[in-house]
Amino acid sequence: MNILEIRNLSKSFGGLKAVNNVSFAVKRESIKAVIGPNGAGKTTLFNLISGFLPCDSGSVLFNDRPVHGLKPFQITQRGVSRTFQHVKLFPKMTALENVMIGRHTHSKAEFIAGMLNLPWTWKEEREIRNTSMELMSFLGISSLADYEATSLPYGQQRIVELARALACEPHLLLLDEPAAGLNMRETAEISQLITKIKDRGITVLIVEHDMSLVMNISDEVVVLSYGQKIADEMPLAVQKNEEVIRVYLGEEDA
Amino acid sequence: MDYKRYFQPFFLIIVLISIQLFTYFTDTGYYLTQLTMAAYYSLVIIGLCVLMGYAGQISLGHAGFFAIGGYISALLTTYNLLPYKDHMIISFFSKTGLLVLRENLYGIKILNVHPWLACIGAILFTVLIAYIIGGPVLKLKGHYLAMATLGFGIIVFRIVLGTALFGEADGLSDVPAFTLFPGVEVSGNLTMRIQNYYIAYGLVIIGLIILINLINSRVGRALRSIHGAEDASDAMGVDTAKYKLHTFVLSAAFAAVAGVFLTHYNGGIGPSEASVMKSIRYVAIVAVGGMANLWGALTMGIVLNYLSLRGYFGSFDDAVFGVILIIIMLFTPEGLLRYQLLSQIKKVFSNKEPRTIHNEHS
Amino acid sequence: MSLELLFQYLFAGITYGVIYSIVAIGFNIIYNTTGIINFAQGEFVMLGGMTAVTLNGFVPLPVAIALAVMITMIVGALIEIIFIRWIVHPTVLRMIIITIGVSILIREVALHIWDEKVRALPYFTGNEITSISFKGVHVSPQVLWAIGVCSIIVIALYLFFSSSSLGRQMRACADNRNAARLCGIHAKNMVTLSFVLSAGIGALAGCVVSPITYVQYDSGTGLAIKGFTVAILGGLGNSMAAVAAGLLLGILESFSIWIMPTAYKDAIAISILLIILFVKPSGLFGSKEAFSLKEF
Repeated sequence: MNILEIRNLSKSFGGLKAVNNVSFAVKRESIKAVIGPNGAGKTTLFNLISGFLPCDSGSVLFNDRPVHGLKPFQITQRGVSRTFQHVKLFPKMTALENVMIGRHTHSKAEFIAGMLNLPWTWKEEREIRNTSMELMSFLGISSLADYEATSLPYGQQRIVELARALACEPHLLLLDEPAAGLNMRETAEISQLITKIKDRGITVLIVEHDMSLVMNISDEVVVLSYGQKIADEMPLAVQKNEEVIRVYLGEEDA
Repeated sequence: MDYKRYFQPFFLIIVLISIQLFTYFTDTGYYLTQLTMAAYYSLVIIGLCVLMGYAGQISLGHAGFFAIGGYISALLTTYNLLPYKDHMIISFFSKTGLLVLRENLYGIKILNVHPWLACIGAILFTVLIAYIIGGPVLKLKGHYLAMATLGFGIIVFRIVLGTALFGEADGLSDVPAFTLFPGVEVSGNLTMRIQNYYIAYGLVIIGLIILINLINSRVGRALRSIHGAEDASDAMGVDTAKYKLHTFVLSAAFAAVAGVFLTHYNGGIGPSEASVMKSIRYVAIVAVGGMANLWGALTMGIVLNYLSLRGYFGSFDDAVFGVILIIIMLFTPEGLLRYQLLSQIKKVFSNKEPRTIHNEHS
Repeated sequence: MSLELLFQYLFAGITYGVIYSIVAIGFNIIYNTTGIINFAQGEFVMLGGMTAVTLNGFVPLPVAIALAVMITMIVGALIEIIFIRWIVHPTVLRMIIITIGVSILIREVALHIWDEKVRALPYFTGNEITSISFKGVHVSPQVLWAIGVCSIIVIALYLFFSSSSLGRQMRACADNRNAARLCGIHAKNMVTLSFVLSAGIGALAGCVVSPITYVQYDSGTGLAIKGFTVAILGGLGNSMAAVAAGLLLGILESFSIWIMPTAYKDAIAISILLIILFVKPSGLFGSKEAFSLKEF
């Protein structure tokens, strides 16, 4: 069963075809990676899936229902959440508060309830806080709870952002270059966390440059080049794919 | 639920009562008048503070909402419907007590809308306007948002200044008292001065508590996230457009309530209440108090408006607020009474504050 | 409406339109170089006019105008140096509020120097009733002065930016500040220059239209808003379009008296501004994609 289906997705900027007729599917509870040289259209693809960019043509189906054209928050309500290429934590809020925002789609207190501080909201707030703390423990960062989020070291910020995305209780998690800016040790940590997440039953779609991470934990790999899909196979097969090698390493001298 | 958050309103109540008793015993009751007026302006300011400091949306036209509230209420309670008393709708309303007969300044009997109806009508009307223009306006960002809100304020100003119905340059006067309960009315009547002082600050306290609750709630957290990183907030499931709109409308409602009550207190309203300078003044005070600091905005609102109303700034009144704006924005864009400053002071007394990783190692 | 009246309205509209265009161009120059919207733009026009009127009491008209323009240019430079130059990483909100504060300050100072009476320079040639006739149409020579001077300003600016070394340096700064600095261009001075230039053209325009439109201490705010409307209408940063947009607004305003009371005339510019912002913020001539890539 496919949790996500991309069908003939295209997006142009002026004359540049950033995403050109791309189609692939993501199986439930798997980890799929999207790789490709710089400028291949990977982040654009993510922005199309998560609703930050409108597509020119094609469709995105989540759980067999179309989500292209929806606003980002609506897509999140359906069960998709994401992280960003350059960590976007909320400044002037603690790490815990950042994660608590992730609980927004699973809580109800709106303006009136908030303004009147109705008693039922106290329980909801406690639940939000507890669930968020649990998530942070799951990812091993509960000690960071009260720190101002953007003052943390970059590697830890990435994990906080991960916890925040998980707080949305997504069925599909989009990770945009989770290992960018991380050293080898931190990359290995993130890889482990991602596997832990998959074990919880969450499907993960990753855009990534770091081959060790991709090859180690992915079930399938999609390769993009200049906006087009050139491969969609298991990691070992992709490594041997001639087209992929050519695109990354250039032509072999004749 | 943490009760510590109500410390500030409680403290304010003590201060307010002290001030009133002080003026009572020193027979300086006349100070209360300007303090009462300052209270109403501060009501606008705390509403604006939440919009600017927490939701992060600038509004250079908030005086417009104040004016709409005040003018509509004034219009409804001063427009003489007596000539139309045989008209079906009018006589129906009149029989149901929604219209009242009173004597105006010249001793002539006139038929107006009941103050309660006028008040509620004015506030609802302002809220409606805020909903209508809020949608398109809040899609804009940066300069464009600022200019659009400025433009809105100017349109309101031009309309009230140029329309005979609203009294043009003279505004509307002879606005009747607004009876809250039997024996308690909002008016400039000197015998009611102490009551009106408490009515005004009562509204301020209620408003303050509502906003404190909001800031500390799930919605408040969502607003701060919108301000911090709107894209990320959207991605986390927050309907940013809806929240910005509702916050905008809420702040407009605060301004409208202030406008209505102050108009009945003053017995009238003039086009200067809708002027650009008034809007700028509100923004300046929010900026000084610390953009995201409700308490700071309120304190500065009361103090600066009081000083201005008593004439301490003389002919430099507008200039003062202009200079304040510049100085604050140049040197301390986070405001004078910065949250960090206060929380650093609070840290001395408590040992459970958000600490940064840098502090721990120093 | 008689042809005569039509042309009266038309020329009135053009006169005001030309001022709006110059203010808009001033906005564009500063915006292009710094990304800042200078809310104090309208005050330059006011200062130019008021200063010239005062100086005219002591020196002949052309000298008074020249001095007024120079003084206003100095004020422009001072504003940039005192308030803008040393702010690191300015946020949009902060700069908006600062320039608003500056415009209030200038206005209040003007009030205290000159009080609230309206003033006007004498007509450059002739007086209020002289008019030049052309095929039955009468136009005041001052209108021709206004159109002429402002056209020269626009042409001079065009030549400056396209052909002169300094102009090209400013354009480089506007495009990519760091790259410009790497080429040895003093970016900071370019910013000051942009303020000086905007102030100068504003002041000159203020002088040349003041016989017709009069000027008083608070003329600046209204002009700033209308100038901004025109700048947006033409597409922010596009000065040629600003000329067209300015004339359009001026003429619309002028003919609006036909259908609505004069009291609402000012509201027209605002309404147009709001409509444009809501419907097509990139302006009549701007491109939607270029607009969405602009950073705020």
